[in-house]
Amino acid sequence: MKIKETPSRIVFRIINTILMLILAFICLLPLWHVLMASFSNPTVLSQNTGVVFWPLSSPGHPATLKGYQLVLRNVGLARGYANTIFYVGVGTLLCLFFVSIAAYCMSRRKTLFMKYLVVLLMVTMFFNGGLIPTYYVNKTLGIVNTRWVMIAMGLIGVFYVIILKTSFQQLPASLEESAQLDGAGHMTVLLKIILPLSKATLAVIALFFAVGKWNEYLTAIIYLNNRALYPLQCYLREMLVDSSGNQEIAISGDADTYNEDFKKLLQYSTIIYATLPILAIYPFVQKYFVKGVMIGSIKG
Amino acid sequence: MRLVDIKKDWKKNKSVYFLAIPIVIYFLIWHYAPIVGLLLGFEEYSPRGGITGSEWIGVKNFIDFFKSYYFGRLIKNTLILSIFSIVINFPAPIILALLLNELENKIFKKVIQTISYIPHFISTVVICGIVIDFLGYDGAFTSILLNMGLIKERQDLLALKSAFRPIFVLSGTWQGIGYGSIIYLAALSSVDQELYEAAKIDGAGRWRQTLHITLPSILPTIIIMFILTMGNLLNVSMEKIILLYRPVTYDVADVISSFVYRRGLQEGAYGYSTAVGIFNSIVNMALMFTTNAISAKYSETSLF
Repeated sequence: MKIKETPSRIVFRIINTILMLILAFICLLPLWHVLMASFSNPTVLSQNTGVVFWPLSSPGHPATLKGYQLVLRNVGLARGYANTIFYVGVGTLLCLFFVSIAAYCMSRRKTLFMKYLVVLLMVTMFFNGGLIPTYYVNKTLGIVNTRWVMIAMGLIGVFYVIILKTSFQQLPASLEESAQLDGAGHMTVLLKIILPLSKATLAVIALFFAVGKWNEYLTAIIYLNNRALYPLQCYLREMLVDSSGNQEIAISGDADTYNEDFKKLLQYSTIIYATLPILAIYPFVQKYFVKGVMIGSIKG
Repeated sequence: MRLVDIKKDWKKNKSVYFLAIPIVIYFLIWHYAPIVGLLLGFEEYSPRGGITGSEWIGVKNFIDFFKSYYFGRLIKNTLILSIFSIVINFPAPIILALLLNELENKIFKKVIQTISYIPHFISTVVICGIVIDFLGYDGAFTSILLNMGLIKERQDLLALKSAFRPIFVLSGTWQGIGYGSIIYLAALSSVDQELYEAAKIDGAGRWRQTLHITLPSILPTIIIMFILTMGNLLNVSMEKIILLYRPVTYDVADVISSFVYRRGLQEGAYGYSTAVGIFNSIVNMALMFTTNAISAKYSETSLF
């Protein structure tokens, strides 16, 4: 049934479409600016004050990949990249491992005490010790300023456990019962039957965790002093935000070749260099994120 | 629960309980030990004494905080940033979701949605780096404002006290509007389509359908989100603050969490800053329960 549209409806639709286009433009503009600026000529760029819609150049000053060449040579950034890959890789694997175990334990309905495990975890969603006591605990454990603290903090997200537990409970109970009759232990049931059937939920959890870990900087600046352990985001912070003199060291990458003209170009190239993995996987994984929010909103 | 049952349960489920041990240990160490560590807030902490050997001083840390010059400034800044953020950034995703819902071209809708989520995936450090660059002395946004005549002369906007709050809140809108709308779009997609058909037959226009069907349908989602937001009223995250503020803007930008970070970790005042943190949590808790109670009474939607 097609009803003839009223004039006011048509006007609304036009305005709405324009509004949405403006929104998309605003969301993309800063990123586009950074991307285009990163290919610009450093001399022209350092004098530019407007939005960069296209790589800047002028006669005698061509657009260039120089920024990326310097970024790739930057020792600090390379180290940061390696550290971040380590934290994301090891963190995600351990997160999936422990979250699966926790969810599995909680989903055992025929046990007397597992319901208290749920309570033990849920309570921490509302009560926590806050910054200083948590720091104090880590200090007492002796893991401040080590890689371990970066892995341990936020490793087992209660929210993830609950999502996974719900997905486990939706599997038919007969599957595992028959496996147990065949003499399969808990680890076998978990690894061979339950986890393979929960791949989609595990993927969502892994993605949330990995992206969060890739972007995280707060844990690192709270717990790490040793620059050799810094994740990428900490080097980025020094290059983009810090104004205390570390900036020049970070930008020149520990070499003594700092050049004021290259500062902006290097900042832009670094942003792209550090964000590229996220932007590269974004189109393929964004639907999982949408799915994740939906699961969260239903269960939450 | 009889002893026999417990014994039987243990025999049958021993291996599950063993499996749970690492989980329990993790939570005891990294979630419950810090709660015990809140005792620091009632002590005059000394590194030599540690948590058990430091002097017990009762609520002196709290009183010191309430009497200090910082108390008023922190409460004011935290509340202003928080309320300002809620007023703008809470309704923004709802409005976006409603507008997206009106788009009839599904592909166009999908494209706009996908683009609007992108800023959420960019790291806070990069976001703040871009903000600092755009609003700096020769930044692109500064130039735009100058050309539009909104500012009189070129200046570093982040060093400007009056600009900090709008910068903080509006950059938050940019980051969160698209991603925040997902949950409302989900709620919108589950609205019963027959209601609209019935309303059309009754002669209700588009606007009245929105007012009388769409909004009431997603109201429970809105209320739950609002209660959660209220529970975080004093939790203005220091993540962005400590990247964007400078000593010149501390007056308007320093919030409770950034203060705890500076005092506690950079200056080593463990006891005092733990007390400030405790105060913060108590107020948050009270706000969440109050909002929840009010909502339960008037709208029958509540978190607990």
